[in-house]
Amino acid sequence: MQAINLVVTLNPAVMQIATLSLYISLMATIIAALIAIPLGSLIHFHDFRGKRALIILIQTLYSVPTVVVGLVIYLLISRSGPLGFLGLLFTPSGMILGQTVLIIPIMMGLVISALSGVDRSISDTLVSLGATRLQEIVEIVKEARFAIMSAVVLGFGRAIAEVGVAMMIGGNIRDQTRVLTTAITLETGMGNFAFSIALGIILLIVALIVVVALNLITAGMSDDAQNAAGGPRG
Amino acid sequence: MIRIEGLAKSFGSHEILKDITLEIRKGEIFTLIGPSGSGKTTLIRLIDLLDYPTSGTIVFDGADTATSEKGRLAIRRRMGMVFQKPAVLNTTVSANVAFGLKFRGVPAEEARDRVQQALDLVGLVDLAGRRAVTLSGGEMQRVALARAMVTHPDLLLLDEPTANLDPVSSDLIEDLILRINKKFGTTIILSTHDMIQGQRLATRIGVIMNGRLAQTGSTSEIFYQPNGREIARLVGIDAIPNGIVTENKEGHALIRIGETCFEAMTDLRERQRVALGIRPEEVSLTPADASLKRSSVRNQFTGRITKMVPSGPFVRVSVDCGVRLTALITRRSCTELGFEVGTPVVAGVKATAIHVMADDGRATPSSPYP
Repeated sequence: MQAINLVVTLNPAVMQIATLSLYISLMATIIAALIAIPLGSLIHFHDFRGKRALIILIQTLYSVPTVVVGLVIYLLISRSGPLGFLGLLFTPSGMILGQTVLIIPIMMGLVISALSGVDRSISDTLVSLGATRLQEIVEIVKEARFAIMSAVVLGFGRAIAEVGVAMMIGGNIRDQTRVLTTAITLETGMGNFAFSIALGIILLIVALIVVVALNLITAGMSDDAQNAAGGPRG
Repeated sequence: MIRIEGLAKSFGSHEILKDITLEIRKGEIFTLIGPSGSGKTTLIRLIDLLDYPTSGTIVFDGADTATSEKGRLAIRRRMGMVFQKPAVLNTTVSANVAFGLKFRGVPAEEARDRVQQALDLVGLVDLAGRRAVTLSGGEMQRVALARAMVTHPDLLLLDEPTANLDPVSSDLIEDLILRINKKFGTTIILSTHDMIQGQRLATRIGVIMNGRLAQTGSTSEIFYQPNGREIARLVGIDAIPNGIVTENKEGHALIRIGETCFEAMTDLRERQRVALGIRPEEVSLTPADASLKRSSVRNQFTGRITKMVPSGPFVRVSVDCGVRLTALITRRSCTELGFEVGTPVVAGVKATAIHVMADDGRATPSSPYP
């Protein structure tokens, strides 16, 4: 009941927390995708020594605990750390950095398996149709778009749901770095279970909005490809 | 159009193709026939420059294809290829057909018209906006054909294009292949394991056996004068081995197999070991009690029917008359003449219908005649 109340009344404090959550996780997802998709493609389309080992390493990093990423980033960006001069500790930018690092492995690994899932006959077909190497790669990435979108969605899911990085890098500072997950932790600690559940429901609603949007974008990509290539008239 | 010399391809220590030398002429439909795993696909992929040969050369229209990636791409863009298993990309039919044009940087307006023409050629205009992955196998193969033809290639490569299709779709594809060859003068190389299809489509045929080009020639040469027992079996002739030429008078020979003596036309000399190839449709069967003497039928043997295998509207009837002969008889005449297993019959073959092949007498492993 309290959740519905909070949403319907657009409680300003809750809205601020939800918006910040969305902003941080979405930025982390976008940056991670911009890194993981090209890098994953690079790994998939090139044969080199240790490729298998690299993929296993990436897959192992799926399981890295969020608090470990939080700790490492904390050490890097704390005042005395090598990146301390950037002043990122206890800022949303620092949290974006942390979540980006956290979700890159899982996105990259899933991008690689998405590309591996495209049948070899597709790449033969593209080459036989006169594609250059680059044209071939672009079309294969497009062909794997739904699976790649799943990788991005999963990355976003991990980012918005995690507590470790948000707590250690952000510090749960009210009106500055408090996000949904850290707020839930705090409220639960104070015994406000109903409020915690309300925040949890809001988190899921935010996730729902993002997933629907990503699905629409991916579906739109098919239409773009169709129009660009001289699709049906009228 | 294409000159192939000493072409070989190995994967590791496994030799797929050995010493292929072949010339494809402009405007012809050249059919590669061979059993599964004989190397047809490997050869076609090499011609399309999808793979590199282990040794040997392929010269395309005067240009050596062993050149830079850029040079190979330029040559590859003059060819179109249809694979055995049609692969379509997950987009519309027309976008699928447009890929070759997109890769070549053809302006959108022109691409639109050419896609339309290509779809018109294969009769899929109505499906232009459909998602290609929802099509049937036959429709997908027609999309693949339109996709290959939209760039107006000089050479069209077809790797078993009908192998996975139902008979109706196969007929459609075959008609299209003939139409493309006539209308655009496109040189076509087609591989198939279906001899009859090869016969229907081919200007010339090359037979591939175990990675070697075993025989090249016109359709009638391959079908009536196969070069050896293996090819004979491939083109539907049960060759009869262990013959020996006992007499030869100016090409008119007597050949003895066991206790049976055949008359046939050959230049092979006396004492030469031979195998006889007799197309089953050239063997006539008459009931043994009907007395019949047709002068043109020199070879007449009495025997009993040992096996009858229905084959569409025909029945393959095996007769044991010292040697085993197989005749292809219509179902109707089979019934009218009252043939069944055990019926005594007279089998007749014209001397001119027997193809005599030199043979070392060794039985091939899967031959029904030990």
